Amino acid sequence: LSMAGRGRGRGRGQMTFNVEAVGIGKGDALPPPTLQPSPLFPALERRAAPLPGGEEGEYMLALKQELRRAMRGLPYFVKPGAPRRDIERYSDKYQLSSPMDNAIDWNPDWRRLPRELKIRVRQLRKGRTAPLIPKQHVAVDKEETIKKLESLEKKEEEVTSEEEEEKEEEEEGKEEEEEEYDEEEHEEETDYVLSYFDNGESFGPDSDDNGDEAVY
Amino acid sequence: MTQAELRLCSLLLQEHFGEIVEKVGNSLLRTGPRPLRLLVGDTGLLPDQVKKALCVLIQHNLVWYEVQPRGSVEYEARSERILRILRYPRYIYTAKTLYGDPGELLVEELLLHGHLPMSCAVARVADRLTETMEDGKTMDYAEVSSTFVRLADTHFIQRCPIVPESSRSTKVPLPPAPALAIAEKDMYVVPRLSLVGKGKRRHSCNEEEEGEHAAKKQKQEGGSSETPPDDGIYWQVNLERFHQHFRDQALVSATASRMDQTSSEVVRTMLRMSEVTTASGASHTQPLSSNEIFRSLPPGYNIGKQVLDQYLALLADDPLEFVGKSGDSGGGTYTVKVMWGPGASWAPPSPFLHPSLIRLLLRRFGSRCARIFRLLLRKKHLEQKQVEDFAMIPAKEAKDMLYRMLSENLVSLQEIPKTPDHAPSRTFYLYTVNVMAAARMLLHRCYKSVANLMERRQHEMRENKRLLEKSQRVEAILASMQATGAEASQLHEVEEMITGPERQQLENLKRNVNKIDASENQVDETIFVLESFIMSTMKTP
Repeated sequence: LSMAGRGRGRGRGQMTFNVEAVGIGKGDALPPPTLQPSPLFPALERRAAPLPGGEEGEYMLALKQELRRAMRGLPYFVKPGAPRRDIERYSDKYQLSSPMDNAIDWNPDWRRLPRELKIRVRQLRKGRTAPLIPKQHVAVDKEETIKKLESLEKKEEEVTSEEEEEKEEEEEGKEEEEEEYDEEEHEEETDYVLSYFDNGESFGPDSDDNGDEAVY
Repeated sequence: MTQAELRLCSLLLQEHFGEIVEKVGNSLLRTGPRPLRLLVGDTGLLPDQVKKALCVLIQHNLVWYEVQPRGSVEYEARSERILRILRYPRYIYTAKTLYGDPGELLVEELLLHGHLPMSCAVARVADRLTETMEDGKTMDYAEVSSTFVRLADTHFIQRCPIVPESSRSTKVPLPPAPALAIAEKDMYVVPRLSLVGKGKRRHSCNEEEEGEHAAKKQKQEGGSSETPPDDGIYWQVNLERFHQHFRDQALVSATASRMDQTSSEVVRTMLRMSEVTTASGASHTQPLSSNEIFRSLPPGYNIGKQVLDQYLALLADDPLEFVGKSGDSGGGTYTVKVMWGPGASWAPPSPFLHPSLIRLLLRRFGSRCARIFRLLLRKKHLEQKQVEDFAMIPAKEAKDMLYRMLSENLVSLQEIPKTPDHAPSRTFYLYTVNVMAAARMLLHRCYKSVANLMERRQHEMRENKRLLEKSQRVEAILASMQATGAEASQLHEVEEMITGPERQQLENLKRNVNKIDASENQVDETIFVLESFIMSTMKTP
């Protein structure tokens, strides 16, 4: 037991190899022992070299920032769906399309992907087609609800079929202009400007004028 | 995979694809390949969200899938491919220098979308180019198509593996996932398409009539809205080819700095001739005869045949071995050494890696440290005393520097025992540079650096979020006011909404963010050199 501390105190830190060979001469003071972790931000002895400027550097910088901005706007930037509200509100029908979890915003080639990944493709055409009846998780009196929904649908269809006709005439390419034109033209059911409100739950034929989505 | 790599991948995914994709990618990177249900459980996300994320990741070639023997599908993340997101600006810029604006935009579209069919890519690029042209002018599809073909011919873009032709037999159930494959010879074959059309502007009044008629026509002919003629054939960017180009560029500039402009032109010509004949991972280009080289020199270079031969001889003799002589037929055949690895242990130091290492040392530790390092590279093994003598640095300082480099793993100690009992007093201790270890250590540091830079940049943006939003709102108001023709005084009033100090703050923010972004680009250049070196060394048998 007393042998354990035998080597201590006899000569300054004995090492297994000849310290002279590595360059620590006899009598040289060793640096003090480190008692704490190294500082988080050690002092900078030398500043970094200046960045190379020049046309190439500038252009690549602009490209990088542009790329970042562009990718945030693409459908590949997956956003979490809007959380479900506690009560269904009237204005929900007229809300701008918000991100949804159960729909994908672009149209991948499903033939190239595993079947288990397939989910509904959301068409981002605003107010063009009859809105889908939202899924009812609560078991309600079916008949009544169906009747109500049917009458609602009919009303919507009237509105939207008129819209569709206008749009067919106009042709593609100027989304905003078209919608403005439409609103002014056809009779509105509500006081609200229809293009501002869309519940986003629309299904329907391919929208072929949305320049942001890849069209295959 | 090191922690540094993981962290960097995470940040890249989050910045370009959002947090949901980041979570999924992270889970795959940290825990390895797994099936869908385990991913859902692991990430705590909704199944639909995970599916979406996987679709995005697969679309961009960041994740691939494999059908397991039991029938389940496993997904695997490709970390090295995720790290390439950092290099996207460089790829796009290179395409611009080689093939102009159409080339630049084609590569950009392919990178933004992962993969696209040719018809789609050409249409998009034509539209984008048309936007930038004068009123009334449009970009014809033909010009964009021809650039596309050139990119494919020089292998900068390649076809994606295709879905195999199904046998249409109803008895055989469809596999849970298609097994995509493509033959080497088909990879650069451009389908015969007659892409006719012009780019369309998004907002223009004069174009409306034309656009309508053209669009109507296309619909009737079964054009845009129905199955495109090259359905199922997708193209992606061939990153390896770009990397080969970067290496060639480095070789040429290294030659230029070591010898002269003309010799670098000779090397550039040789590399250009070997562009598509050099297999990736080959150590040398195919042998080229001096006659061939002479014929292929760029038209501006009027050097005589003998002069060329002299240059080739000089290049071949150079100890750095850029060019090697491989035979005597056709006036002498030569190859360019493209591999960057150290090769055999007696091979001379690589001309690309070592300058980078030395430059790094120079900045970090000072010129004397760099001197010692260069000395050790040259002499391979030196004792403590010898280092002091050769480097002409006082003992104390030399010691200090050696220990610092030792602690950073840039140099290592080699023991050579004189006696079989390895007694310390009778053993040589030699300092040496282990290039591979140094390279790996530095690469790890680079990954850390970029991750730190990104985090700092995001922090800066977050800190100034309120001010940025305010500034954006003011911009929007100004723009709408200008559109409705407001007076200068009104505009001025709105501009004043942002105070002087706030303006200063925004200036500072912009300057800092630009600096950080430029630094990220810079570090990626070093990452490329280090990765290429390590990769090519690993390939050496």
